[in-house]
Amino acid sequence: MAALNGAVENGQPDKKVPQLPRPLRSLEVKYTKIFINNEWHESTSGKKFPTYNPSTLEKICDIEEGDKPDVDIAVEAAKAAFQRGSPWRQMDAPSRGRLLHKLADLLERDRVILATLETMDTGKPFLQAYFIDLEGCIKTLRYYAGWADKIQGRTIPVDENFVCFTRHEPMGVCGAITPWNFPLLMLVWKMAPALCCGNTLVIKPAEQTPLTSLYVGSLIKEVGFPPGVVNIVPGYGPTAGAAISTHDGIDKIAFTGSTKVGKLIKEAASKSNLKRVTLELGGKNPCIVCADADLDLAVECAHQGVFFNQGQCCTAASRVFVEEQIYPEFVRRSVEFAKKRLVGDPFDARTEQGPQIDQKQFDKILELIESGKKEGAKLECGGLAIEDRGLFIKPTVFSEVTDNMRIAKEEIFGPVQPIMKFKSIEEVIRRANSIEYGLTAAVFTKNLDRALTLASALQSGTVWINCYNALYAQAPFGGFKMSGNGRELGDHALAEYTEVKTVTIKLSQKSP
Amino acid sequence: MKKQGPDGNPAPVMPALPEPLKDLKIKYTKIFINNEWHDSVSGKKFAVFNPATEEKICEVEEGDKADVDKAVKAARKAFELGSVWRTMDASERGRLLNKLADLVERDRLILATMETIDGGKLFSTAYLMDLGACIKTLRYCAGWADKIHGRTVPMDGNFFTFTRHEPIGVCGQIIPWNFPLVMFIWKIAPALCCGNTVVVKPAEQTPLSALYMGSLIKEAGFPPGVVNIVPGFGPTAGAAISHHMDIDKVAFTGSTEVGKLIKEAAGKSNLKRVTLELGGKSPNIIFADADLDAAVEFAHIGLFYHQGQCCIAGSRIFVEEPIYDEFVRRSIERAKKYTLGDPLKPGVQQGPQIDKEQFKKILDLIESGKKEGAKLECGGGPWGDKGYFIQPTVFSNVTDDMRIAKEEIFGPVQQIMKFKTIDEVIKRANNTTYGLAAAVFTKDIDKALTFAAALQAGTVWVNCYSAMSAQCPFGGFKMSGNGREM
Repeated sequence: MAALNGAVENGQPDKKVPQLPRPLRSLEVKYTKIFINNEWHESTSGKKFPTYNPSTLEKICDIEEGDKPDVDIAVEAAKAAFQRGSPWRQMDAPSRGRLLHKLADLLERDRVILATLETMDTGKPFLQAYFIDLEGCIKTLRYYAGWADKIQGRTIPVDENFVCFTRHEPMGVCGAITPWNFPLLMLVWKMAPALCCGNTLVIKPAEQTPLTSLYVGSLIKEVGFPPGVVNIVPGYGPTAGAAISTHDGIDKIAFTGSTKVGKLIKEAASKSNLKRVTLELGGKNPCIVCADADLDLAVECAHQGVFFNQGQCCTAASRVFVEEQIYPEFVRRSVEFAKKRLVGDPFDARTEQGPQIDQKQFDKILELIESGKKEGAKLECGGLAIEDRGLFIKPTVFSEVTDNMRIAKEEIFGPVQPIMKFKSIEEVIRRANSIEYGLTAAVFTKNLDRALTLASALQSGTVWINCYNALYAQAPFGGFKMSGNGRELGDHALAEYTEVKTVTIKLSQKSP
Repeated sequence: MKKQGPDGNPAPVMPALPEPLKDLKIKYTKIFINNEWHDSVSGKKFAVFNPATEEKICEVEEGDKADVDKAVKAARKAFELGSVWRTMDASERGRLLNKLADLVERDRLILATMETIDGGKLFSTAYLMDLGACIKTLRYCAGWADKIHGRTVPMDGNFFTFTRHEPIGVCGQIIPWNFPLVMFIWKIAPALCCGNTVVVKPAEQTPLSALYMGSLIKEAGFPPGVVNIVPGFGPTAGAAISHHMDIDKVAFTGSTEVGKLIKEAAGKSNLKRVTLELGGKSPNIIFADADLDAAVEFAHIGLFYHQGQCCIAGSRIFVEEPIYDEFVRRSIERAKKYTLGDPLKPGVQQGPQIDKEQFKKILDLIESGKKEGAKLECGGGPWGDKGYFIQPTVFSNVTDDMRIAKEEIFGPVQQIMKFKTIDEVIKRANNTTYGLAAAVFTKDIDKALTFAAALQAGTVWVNCYSAMSAQCPFGGFKMSGNGREM
C-alpha cells in the first residue's frame, strides 16, 4: 500500500528522507465510555469489560460494556438525528463532504496517538499502524468526502405520459460491527460511505479492540457532526452485536468478521425487519505463481501476503500454488524470508510481526499447525510458539501441502504459509475455485494472456496481478461466494448505503 | 443566487461580510509561465482601469502570439508522458485543488477587493457570491479527480476491452470580464481535475484576479507549466490560442460573435476540441397562478444582477395577461429603489458597467427601445458624471420585433411582454437563436413539467432564477454555446 510521506514542493517530490514517527510512551487512554449523541455514557447495567495489550498480556483499562438497552438508546439517538428536518438531513451535501475532510484532518493531526492506541490494543507493529492503517483511513475519508455531493439519480424515459426520475436517498440508521484485525481502518471503511450518503450510525467495535473507535468519537464531536449522527457502543457480539442485527429500528447492517458470524447476522436481519446486509467475511485466498513469474517479486509478495498483520487478514495468501518447475526454489526462498522475519515488541521500529490478538486465536492457530504436521505436510520452519508466555508464534512454512489437509481448507488467521504444487493452468483454476470462499486471488506471471485468463476465471472479488494487498479507496473490494455480500470502497459502496426511490409524475400530455 | 440553509446548520457557509481592504497593492502584473513571472516578449504593457472612477489601476504585461507560444511550450512539457503531473496520483491532483481552495479562502478579502476594483462588481456580491462559488467549485472538482472511471466492455470475439478517460492535453482557456475569477475557476478546476495543463487568457478589462491566482497556484504546489496565464487582447493573444497548432482544446466564455470566430479558427487550424459559453436572451415566463411577490423579485434579480452583465440575464419577461399590469407596477417600484455608486462602498446596490464600449452599446439599445415604441417606465439614461453608470431601466409593452426584445443588451434594462396562452409563449420563448436559460413561475405541476420539456434552453428554472451550483451542468442550446460546464 502506498505510504508516501514526502511533501510535494513546487510539484517536485520532497527529496529529504522523512523522520520515522515515534510512538507515545505512557499514553493515557481518555475515552472508555459509550458514545451517544456526542456525549459519553456509562453502561445501563453498570458493567465494564477489560481490554488487554496482547504483547504484554496486561490489562490496558476497563471499558463500559454496552448491551441491548444501550443499543436501544443509541438507535433512538440515530433515528432522531435522521428525522426529516433534522440538522443532518437539512445539511447541504457538500457540507457533509467538508465534515469528512475535517475528520481526515483531525486523524492526520492525531496520527501518532491513534497509531499508538492501535498498537497497544492489537499488537500490530507501530510503524505499520502509522503508515498503513492510518494512511488508509485518511485517504478513504477524503475519497468519500469527494463523493458526498455527487450521488446522482437519473431521469428515465418511460412509456406514455410520465416524467420519471430516481433519487438515491440515505438508508437511515446503519449498524456497523467492526473486527479486531484493522479496528480503525474497518471502522472508516463503513463510516465514510455511510456518512457521505447521509446516513446515521450505531457502531459496535470488536471487544478486543475498542480504543481507537472510541477516540474517533471524540473527533466526531470536535469536527462538528450533529449529535446522534455517529454513536459507538462497545460490547460483545452475542449481546450488543446481536442487539444490532435483530433491531427493528436499524435499516441496514454492515459486518466485517468471520463467515460463521456473518451467516448469523444475515439470518438475524431476515428474521427481524429485512434490514439490508453488507458482509466482508473470511478468505482462503489462492496465490498462483507461474514458472515465468519474476521469482523475487513473487516470493516477497507471497510472503508479505500471508504474514502481514500476523497473518490476521481476510486477504491472507493462505494457499500458495506454485508451478512445478520452480517449486523447490520458491520454497527455499520463502523459508529464507520466513526465517528472517523479526518477531517482537510492536513498538520497536525493527519489528515486522507482533503477537496474535488473544488466547483463543493463538490456540486455534497452534491447533491447525499441529494438524498440518499430523496430516503429512512438511514443516519447513517455525511451527511453534516463541516463548512459553505470550501470544507470539514463529513464522511457519509448510510445503508438500495437499488440498484435503485442514491447513489447505480452513482459514488459519495466523503466520502460517502452506505452499502447494500445480502442473497446469486449468488444474490450478479448478483447485483455486474449489472452496466456498472467494475474497481475493493473486497471479504472478509475465504472460499477458495467462494473466487475463486467470483474472477472468478466478471466482474472487479482487484479483491481483504481480502484486499483493494493493488496496485503494478508489477500487471496490468484497467477496464472491461465502466471503461476503456486497462491495466496500470505490463507487460501489455508495450503492450499499443508499436506497433508490423512483418518482413518476403524470403529465396531461406526452412530453419529448 | 442560491439561498443558504437554516441557522441550525452546524456547517454554515455564509461568512460575515468584512470591510474591503483599503489601499490594495497590486503585486502580480506579469505573464505567468512555469510558475514564474515574465515580461512580455514585445516589451508592451496595457492599462487596467477601475470602471467606477475611470482611473487607471496599474499596467499589465501585454501578451501576444510569442508569449502564447512560450506558454504552450511550457504546458506541453508539463503534459509529457512521465512528467510529474502525468505520473501524479489522481487523488493527489484532488489534494492540490483542495489546497488551492484553502488558499482562496485565506485570501478571500484580497481577491474580493480586487474583483470589485477591477470589475465594478459590488463588494458584498464579490465577497459572498463570487468567492463562495470559486471555493465550492474548486472543492467540487477536487472530489472528482480520482473518480474519473472508464469501463470494461464485453466485446465480441477473444478480446479484453476497456476504456480510459484520458486528459485531452494542453487546453487554451479564454475568460470573460463579467465574472473574472469565477469563470477562471470554472475553466481550470475541471481541466486540472482531469489531468490537463492550461494556458489561460483573462479578459483585458479584468486580468488582476487571474494573475493573483497564479501566485496561489504556485504556493499550492502545482508543478511548473501546469497552469500558465497570459494577459492580453482578443485579436492578438486570444486569436493566437484559438489558431494554435499545439493546443488540443479551447474553452471560451464570451459573446456569440467571438465564439463563432473561435470555433472557425479551431476548425481551420488543428480541429482542437471546443467548448463555448456564449450569450443569451433568456425568457422568464410568469403565469397568473405564480406567487407574484416571488416572481417579481426573482425576475428583478434575474435581470439586474451585476448591472445586467450576465449571460443568463432574464431579459425577456413574458407575463400572463391577467396579472400583467400588476407585475409591471411592482417591477417598477422594485427598480426605483436603487442607490448607484462606488461598488466598494457599503449601501451601494448598483455599480458601473465594465467599460465605455458596453456603456455606449447599452445606451444605444435603450434609445432604440424608445424609438421603436416600447413604454419607458423608469430610468432610460446614464447616471453620474464619472464612471460608466446607467440608471436601472424598465420597458413595458415590448413586442417581439423590437431590438430590445431580440438583441442581448448586457445592461440594467428590463423588458416586460404580455402573453395569452401556453402554446403561444412556448413558441415566442423559443423564437431566438439563443438558448442558455429559461424560467417558469407557476404552482401547477403539469405546466412546470411541460415547460421543462418544451423550452429550448440548457437550464430551466421553476419558481426561481439564477439557481446555480457546482454540482449542476450548465451550458447552452443553439447559439448560446457548445458543451456543458460543471
